[in-house]
Amino acid sequence: MTALVIAEHDNTSIKGATLNTVTAAAACGGDVHVLVAGHHAGAAAAAAAQIAGVAKVLHADGEGFAHGLAENITAQILTLAASYSHILLPATASGKNIGPRVAARLDVAQISEITKVESADTFERPIYAGNAIATVQSADAVKVITVRTTGFDAAAATGGSATVETVAAVAASAKTTYLGSEIAKSDRPELTAAKIIVSGGRALGSSEKFNEVMTPLADKLGAAIGASRAAVDAGYAANDLQVGQTGKIVAPQLYIAAGISGAIQHLAGMKDSKVIVAINKDPEAPIFSVADYGLEADLFAAVPELVKAL
Amino acid sequence: MKILVPVKRVVDYNVKVRVKSDNTGVDIANVKMSMNPFDEIAVEEAVRLKEKGVATEIIAVSCGVTQCQETLRTAMAIGADRAILVETPADLELQPLAVAKLIKALIDKEQPGLVILGKQAIDDDANQTGQMLAALADLPQATFASKVELAGDKAKVTREVDGGLETLEVSLPAIITTDLRLNEPRYVTLPNIMKAKKKPLETVKPEDLGVDVSPRLKTLKVCEPPKRGAGIKVPDVATLVDKLKNEAKVI
Repeated sequence: MTALVIAEHDNTSIKGATLNTVTAAAACGGDVHVLVAGHHAGAAAAAAAQIAGVAKVLHADGEGFAHGLAENITAQILTLAASYSHILLPATASGKNIGPRVAARLDVAQISEITKVESADTFERPIYAGNAIATVQSADAVKVITVRTTGFDAAAATGGSATVETVAAVAASAKTTYLGSEIAKSDRPELTAAKIIVSGGRALGSSEKFNEVMTPLADKLGAAIGASRAAVDAGYAANDLQVGQTGKIVAPQLYIAAGISGAIQHLAGMKDSKVIVAINKDPEAPIFSVADYGLEADLFAAVPELVKAL
Repeated sequence: MKILVPVKRVVDYNVKVRVKSDNTGVDIANVKMSMNPFDEIAVEEAVRLKEKGVATEIIAVSCGVTQCQETLRTAMAIGADRAILVETPADLELQPLAVAKLIKALIDKEQPGLVILGKQAIDDDANQTGQMLAALADLPQATFASKVELAGDKAKVTREVDGGLETLEVSLPAIITTDLRLNEPRYVTLPNIMKAKKKPLETVKPEDLGVDVSPRLKTLKVCEPPKRGAGIKVPDVATLVDKLKNEAKVI
């Protein structure tokens, strides 16, 4: 029994979500192999070989993998699938894009966003925005799984010494072409990996105010910035900052929610945070029901005061 | 060009579901049901493409119990031209792979130029059907779309990815799944609801399409998530900082 983890990487380094996925793969009970499918991705493959607990790295290099297109990565995974009992991907935008495509080709179910491995065929996963936890058992020969990274500790990025094996890359599909991307450059920690997150809601009122109030707090704490769906829909914050059921799922050490009422969909994305602080002037706001520390105050006064006091 | 839009009937997003006391599932008896919000965005996008003159016909499809007819009527009130219900028994747990196979069979029959569906249903939060459908039909996929532009036999799709946006060009026919910011669905008006009642709705069975819909995953139990107790209210910022430093020790 061997599990294959599909690494998420940028061709030079391995992304953090891969490390949590390796931990989940190890919990399935067998050896753990990692596939690095990329373009000029030797450095990423070498980094994957350093991950503690990984027995072997498979490195496929081809132009079609440069931007992680689902069609091409899926085709590569399918050439290897027969040797594995489990295929795991992080439940990131990329992993979610690829996983079901692989599962359907193998004629198996995908088990989405697992938060716990009970045994090699039984897993826990949240449903209804985390308002219920289902325990599901798969009878399929291969288990295709996406892993909610907040459910598993990260494997150590160094200390391992896996062999790197080169595998032949499949030809790229002609039906899909990558045109470009706009990825926000930021010195801040990545939202899903941050120890501290400061998150703003609709109460901020405008994109200018959002930046003016939230940025100094994030700077002071070395925190990532998040936002509620309402704030993103209103255009106050970029879409990739959205925390919630259909956005990012986060579980930092400290989550500070300012001007966020706490809709079910938002709580689904952050309620596993270790410590939650809510700043809201509405004493009835549902966010207070999950907050460790609630401050009933106007955020426009309280947040700057907090920046000064830190 | 025909557009196929699969829609799912789910518990309304405003309802807070309760886990059944015997832990067999969530209680959906007498709960308000609606169209999955992401699917509503998919229908809206298809209707806008028809209004622009790019699409000629919109077919809404739903897989599930008889009551999914209401969801299909809603899709037709937004602007779909006709509907197909793949009716399954109430005691069957319909899973994404089975739904993808059913819709694949309908693609073979209807030959649409584009299939638009929601990226995720808010009940099982699986986020699978679109990608599985693309795999089974061997079509290109553009998931989590926030912008769709059609030109000739290609679609240019902007996708919401981790860290920002990505733009792909896919050749048609293709599968697109919608993210939240693709559009804002219109409100359905009473005249359109009345008109939708007269539009054709065909019912088929999985057997008619030759698809095995038996579930692959067995749900062993469904439980309440661990409760997070409410904490305390602090009177001012100074107390908050003190608590974070000395009690929670997180800063």
